[in-house]
Amino acid sequence: MTDTADTQSAPPSAASSANKRRTGRKSKVRRAAALLGALAVVGGMYSYATPSNAETNASASQAEMMKTGQGIYDKTCITCHGANLEGVKDRGPSLLGVGAAAVYFQVSTGRMPMTRQEAQTIRKPAKFGHDDTLALAAYIGQYGGPAIPEVSKESIKNANLAEGGELFRLNCASCHNFVGQGGALSSGKFAPSLKHATPVDIYSAMLTGPQNMPVFSPNQLTDEQKVNIIAYVESLQKTTDPGGASIGRTGPVPEGLVIWLGGISFMLICTVWIAGKS
Amino acid sequence: MTTTANPSSETGSRPPNTALGKAAAGIDDRMTMARPTRRLLNKVFPDHWSFMLGEIALYSLIMLLLTGTYLTFFFDASMKEVVYHGSYVPLQGVPMSAAYESSLNISFDVRGGLIIRQMHHWAALLFMAAIVVHMMRIFFTGAFRKPRETNWLIGCLLLLLGIGEGFMGYSLPDDLLSGTGLRIVSGIILSIPVIGTWLHYLLFGGEFPGDLIIGRFYIIHVLLLPGIILALVGVHLLLVFKQKHTQWPGAGRTEDNVIGHRFYPIFAAKGASLNMLTFGVIAGLGGLVQINPFWLYGPYNASQVSSGSQPDWYAGFGDGIARLFPSWETRLWGFTIPGPFYAVVLLGPIFIGMFAYPWIEARLTKDRAMHNLLQRPRDVPVRTALGAMSLAFYIVLVISGGNDIIAEKFDISLNAMTWIGRVGLLIAPPIAYWITYRICLGLQQHDREVLDHGIETGVLMRLPHGEYIEIHQPLGEPDEHGHGALKYGGAAVPKKMNKVGGAGRAIRGFFGPIESPPDLPQLGRGPRESADADNREPVSSRE
Repeated sequence: MTDTADTQSAPPSAASSANKRRTGRKSKVRRAAALLGALAVVGGMYSYATPSNAETNASASQAEMMKTGQGIYDKTCITCHGANLEGVKDRGPSLLGVGAAAVYFQVSTGRMPMTRQEAQTIRKPAKFGHDDTLALAAYIGQYGGPAIPEVSKESIKNANLAEGGELFRLNCASCHNFVGQGGALSSGKFAPSLKHATPVDIYSAMLTGPQNMPVFSPNQLTDEQKVNIIAYVESLQKTTDPGGASIGRTGPVPEGLVIWLGGISFMLICTVWIAGKS
Repeated sequence: MTTTANPSSETGSRPPNTALGKAAAGIDDRMTMARPTRRLLNKVFPDHWSFMLGEIALYSLIMLLLTGTYLTFFFDASMKEVVYHGSYVPLQGVPMSAAYESSLNISFDVRGGLIIRQMHHWAALLFMAAIVVHMMRIFFTGAFRKPRETNWLIGCLLLLLGIGEGFMGYSLPDDLLSGTGLRIVSGIILSIPVIGTWLHYLLFGGEFPGDLIIGRFYIIHVLLLPGIILALVGVHLLLVFKQKHTQWPGAGRTEDNVIGHRFYPIFAAKGASLNMLTFGVIAGLGGLVQINPFWLYGPYNASQVSSGSQPDWYAGFGDGIARLFPSWETRLWGFTIPGPFYAVVLLGPIFIGMFAYPWIEARLTKDRAMHNLLQRPRDVPVRTALGAMSLAFYIVLVISGGNDIIAEKFDISLNAMTWIGRVGLLIAPPIAYWITYRICLGLQQHDREVLDHGIETGVLMRLPHGEYIEIHQPLGEPDEHGHGALKYGGAAVPKKMNKVGGAGRAIRGFFGPIESPPDLPQLGRGPRESADADNREPVSSRE
């Protein structure tokens, strides 16, 4: 399991990337960050609702980041997504309007750049560092779409787990399974396991709908509901198994394997031991 | 039975003179227990590891009764909606049925509840696995032939009742996983033409899920089916006592005797040991390996469904056929017959064939004789191959019952898994039949070869003209051509020199030697005569 201590916090937004986060922050600062996060989310939603360049607080550093991002884009992404983000037939979709959140999700989890064309891109070690990912997100994000969401530790701590669980089972379990272990979809596609998903990953995925996932707009799930779901997934990751070895929490299939390869096989050895082959 | 003035003298023993003896004689005068008990304790059972498989199922059943009774003290089989306020945090405040709430309480708030619940579930899986393995032994050795067809029928019935009993028990906690399984069963009932809807309303008391089904399943699960299962197990064992146990062919073993150990003490000691081992395995699994963590699954809600939902393994074949069957739908005279109905109907002839197999075989082989001696699977290649064919069919179905999990864990396309299952279901059984048949013939041939030419000794000899030959040890007096004149008698043929004393008598002990090794045979001398008396001399009985 990943260390949740630093995954709980959002990636620094462009404005606050300069001050490094330290552990043991004062709650005042944290509350401010929560407010900032909420503002960023609302702003992101707003910019998502108005498909135009709604970046009102674009500063000089923002322009610089976009420039860096463009450099990365032209070297790494252009082959499949086209010179003007318009997409290339049979290679990659258009990136106009996907938003910074989509870029952050795909690149920070190593899904993009893709290794090869296949049913679905898979999670692997990220190719770009944090700053490069943000720069790329800034470059593509300027053409509209949701911004990178922020989830504060505080909001997860105060979330309603019961509601999160119900919403998770209602909206997510049909593909990701009720314990978040992932599941098979048609023709080699799949819903990935949520074991290593960070809160920001989950939030970005809900906003942008990567691969086969639908977009959960604010009309379908409010921000608060999204945070509740994220908190529930986090709790699933953290829940210990009181019954002993979890055997993957996959239900009856591994249980059947255990009884055949373990239970009854051991009993057969016992019968040979007791009765012999007389 | 004749009645005499002094029943206790019936046994031919002298009258008792101690107080305890007098008391015992007094009881026996009234109850007449000594003679039947003695007959029981002296009953002879043959000794072979494969004769103990049914016992594993029996001891698992005892464990199921013990643990299940404990669970009934705390389980509330009601679908009344409550809001959970127990000790499991992620579900606090979630509305659920009282059945699910009490299952959570058993797991988290009742002392010993979780391990008992897990032992109960593991015991159920072991019970079913033991039944399947036991059934394979009966089938492949021909133990179901006359006079034991009735016991085959009872066994088949117990298998089906076990599946039903297991499925109902798995449904009781009313969690999202088992509720999904129940919904599939509800759909299959609905798919029955003409009467499906009525049947469904009869069982559920209305639309799915209604608010009755858990209560109904509960009383069936804890009273009705266990009662029937126990009665059938009683008859099953009574018939084994009555008809005597079958035995392998071998020296001194005929169709009308039994060679083995008396029920008391040897057989009883072995049975008790296996009982303890079975309990130990179940307790070990229940304490160490988590099973059915339904607190992670959430309460059942008809609007929710999870990917990767499977039934327990013993119901997996049904799920498998439902997944593999094409979505064919027929509409006739205003009636719709959906695909799942055909899928389940397809299983009908298979189950009927299973029940009827002893009669089918008797008709085809025209064999109406009584059989108390078993057959080695290799000696009946057609039956053995049919068994392998059925197993292949069954295994493809069980694997397909979990094909989405396999697809997800091994990065195989789910559609590919479906087609592997469909093609496998048609191709694997004939292949299994053919391979098994050939293996049986090969094994038979090798037996005849050893009887004709003797055991390969591994000793090579060079003849004067340069030819190399291997010395064979004949098993009997050879004729003038050097060929053995022994007939195959249906028993195992020794294939290695140490099986005929080539290295002295085998030292007893399973994990390590439990006796000091005798002197090793001197080189150049013949195999040493084993002069040591076996204190576990088998007895023969001709009751």
